[in-house]
Amino acid sequence: MPAPVITATGLTKHYGDLVAVAGIDLEVAPGESFGLLGPNGAGKSTTMRMIGAVSTRTGGDLQVLGLDPDTHGPEIRSQLGVVPQEDNLDTELRVRDNLIVYGRYFGIPRAVCARRADELLAFAQLEDKARSKVDDLSGGMKRRLTIARALVNEPRVLMLDEPTTGLDPQARHVLWDRLFRLKERGTTLVLTTHYMDEAEQLCDRLVVVDQGRIMAEGSPAQLIREHSSREVVELRFGSQRNQAAAERIAGLGDRIETLPDRVLVYAADGEAVVEQVSRLGLHPTTSLVRRSSLEDVFLRLTGRSLIE
Amino acid sequence: MSVEQTTRDDATLAALAGAVRPRRFGALYVAEHQLRAMRAYGWTIVIGGLGQPLLYLLGLGLGLASFLDAPVGFGPDGPVPYVTFVAPALLVTATISVTTEEFTYTVMSGFKWRRVFWGMNASPLAPGQVATGLVLAVAVRMAFVAVAYTALIAAFGAVGHLWSVAVLPLLGLLGGMAFGLPLLAYSAGLRDDAGQFAAVQRFVFTPMFLFSGTFYPLATLPTWLHWIGWVSPLWHASELGRAVSYAQPMSGATVAVHLGVLVALAAGGWVLARRVFVGRMHG
Amino acid sequence: MSAPTLTAAVTGAGGVRALYRGNARAVLGRGLLAARSSTWVVVVSGFFEPVFFLLAMGVGLGTYIGDVTLPSGRAIAYAAYIAPALLAVSAMNGAVYDSTWNVFFKMHFGKLYQAMMATSLGPLDVALGEIGYALLRGVVYATGFLTVMQVMGLNLSWTAVLTLPAVLLIAFGFASLGMAITSYMSTFQQMDWIQFVLLPMFLFSATFFPLTVYPEPIQWLIQALPLWHAVELIRGLTTGELTGGTAGHVAYYLAMAAVGVVVTTRRLRSLFLD
Ligand SMILES: Nc1ncnc2c1ncn2[C@@H]1O[C@H](COP(=O)(O)OP(=O)(O)O)[C@@H](O)[C@H]1O
Ligand SMILES: [Mg+2]
Repeated sequence: MPAPVITATGLTKHYGDLVAVAGIDLEVAPGESFGLLGPNGAGKSTTMRMIGAVSTRTGGDLQVLGLDPDTHGPEIRSQLGVVPQEDNLDTELRVRDNLIVYGRYFGIPRAVCARRADELLAFAQLEDKARSKVDDLSGGMKRRLTIARALVNEPRVLMLDEPTTGLDPQARHVLWDRLFRLKERGTTLVLTTHYMDEAEQLCDRLVVVDQGRIMAEGSPAQLIREHSSREVVELRFGSQRNQAAAERIAGLGDRIETLPDRVLVYAADGEAVVEQVSRLGLHPTTSLVRRSSLEDVFLRLTGRSLIE
Repeated sequence: MSVEQTTRDDATLAALAGAVRPRRFGALYVAEHQLRAMRAYGWTIVIGGLGQPLLYLLGLGLGLASFLDAPVGFGPDGPVPYVTFVAPALLVTATISVTTEEFTYTVMSGFKWRRVFWGMNASPLAPGQVATGLVLAVAVRMAFVAVAYTALIAAFGAVGHLWSVAVLPLLGLLGGMAFGLPLLAYSAGLRDDAGQFAAVQRFVFTPMFLFSGTFYPLATLPTWLHWIGWVSPLWHASELGRAVSYAQPMSGATVAVHLGVLVALAAGGWVLARRVFVGRMHG
Repeated sequence: MSAPTLTAAVTGAGGVRALYRGNARAVLGRGLLAARSSTWVVVVSGFFEPVFFLLAMGVGLGTYIGDVTLPSGRAIAYAAYIAPALLAVSAMNGAVYDSTWNVFFKMHFGKLYQAMMATSLGPLDVALGEIGYALLRGVVYATGFLTVMQVMGLNLSWTAVLTLPAVLLIAFGFASLGMAITSYMSTFQQMDWIQFVLLPMFLFSATFFPLTVYPEPIQWLIQALPLWHAVELIRGLTTGELTGGTAGHVAYYLAMAAVGVVVTTRRLRSLFLD
């Protein structure tokens, strides 16, 4: 069994009195695609920065590629590709030069950087933008360029902090496709997200993080199985009446969640629940049966929804 | 659990090998990048670097000088031309004003506007190397300014001893860093520019330029203003420049004090600046 | 000189309504609000800079210079000679800063003007509003500096009171021309070039010493540039030496302001409305 790429035990990070990461344990195997799923402020970025050896941990143990970030920061960073939450492309350089200049920080010879830059532009589907200014790229293109830049040192681990936040649906799908290819090539991916669909698409395994702690761990399917039912019925009775309706349908399905705008009924068979509701003489404005998702897992674990 | 005890797999070995060059040359990579970025305003640097000294030497050194009733500067053999008196101070002012741009807005840009320092931070480069690289690049720009200024000073015949042109640029560099490195430490700690840089320019740089014995000896000012000169890198460097240029009388102890203050400011600023970079990038 | 009729002359009557909605006040008001929340040091420094120069150069260096003889033959203290020049320079610097850097930033980074154009404001409202704000600031600083001059005994004639309207005129000239020039700029580097014009004007426009040091052709060149006219105009007013030249300086600035407004208007039209 190959050694894990990342091992954290009891990892904590304090900013003054604020506890951003409150003791987390995790292990990432080579070639794995690992996700941290959690709402804003959960401590995902902080964890990513500690793994990326740019933030000194307050406590706990952390090994990346068998090395301690406190003493071997440059060594660790030489093998990582980092896609930060906020783009930091060099807007004074053109697209291709961004890749070359970045490669130089790794001590890679200029000629090698240039060759890789061309390959990576092709991979990121940005060949015809090679000479463009960064500011002229769309949000999705900038993100792909940042990913290309993170690959210039041929990293063993690619760290992506909310790679698709703020992108439109089409741009997200293009990006997912690129990341999927990397995954197929065996690159280890560590990514954070607060989108369930993204986690479901890209992650072999993930941890659900809230308030600096890990709430659950497993593959997306496993988590859904363990913490939710097969299907969910979403009922909307109008914002004034949800509470009252929820009380009347109590007992239906495995479990009921009342949100301000809708009532969720967890059940193995959603259609059956819809029928039972109408038999009770209730007529929701809309009713929708869908498969259970990680959103439901999160709601179950924390009592809050993921995106407020 | 130390690394040495576990068997190192190839990933660990690759990591150890991958950081060798960045650890050694990282600061140079950063300097290279910063100098490339300066090319965007290369012409401004060149025209400003040559034009500004020309204008000041003409305007103050020659134009204003013809209206002076009394001599201002004295060498061992009596009065020296006014332009000779002001030239060293103007030179140091020029190197210092490089830092009011490069150690302020450029730093804010690296951390906040263009955010390139964060990109560097995710690479094997260390925060201290980012700071060093930035300083190296600015030193190159400063050296250009200092050499151009010195050449014009020589062309104006505004030096006492011609050999002093070999030393004047170095004093310019030292004076520039003595002001610039503490400024760098300050700028690197700022999260946002809410007018602080403009305040530095107008309430630190301008008064220093005007009241540091630049246009006439510090003693001309009322005594209660002399402290401005004492804390001013511009004054210390200018005085040394005058001693070098036309042998303005100065005791060995005074030379040592001037040099000591400049080196202390530069070294203190440097240590502080690196610490701020590390704290901010690896906090 | 009312702006609508002026633009009518430039753009044809049909275009005026699109350019000017008579609401420059709204833009000016925004400027004042923004100034309130901006850092006070920056606002205050506009007052201190010329005072620092006056103390260092006028008083300090003055000890080596003694009196300066005016063309009329009258000799005045060096501080009284450069103080009006510093006032003119600060009017220039303030107006140029407000109409170049400030406008450039809002145009290219703040995207403030795009937002303003999406309202019922026209480009000329914006231009006049910004210029008006620059003028207001300039007059406040000038009042402060004049007070300092009065305390130091550097106002040699009652006509010094007239420097306030003169500063307004000078600032208007520089602001409108500065804005016209800025509308052609697209990069920071180009903005730096403005500095290269300001510095020689500052050093050579009879600010620190009379023009007589120069050979005649250079004197002519300096006399063609705006700052010299400003310096002479204000110096005439604070020393009370009014001549036929005074009217000439005023005429110079009226012409400069007119050109500035006309060009700015045309440019704003093509930048925002075409
Ligand atoms: N540099 C910092 N200084 C102080 N507090 C911070 C810093 N970075 C993050 N935090 C705080 O730590 C918590 C976790 O933040 P973060 O890791 O960015 O969360 P996430 O990426 O999951 O949204 C938040 O409360 C945030 O405000
Ligand atoms: Mg985050």
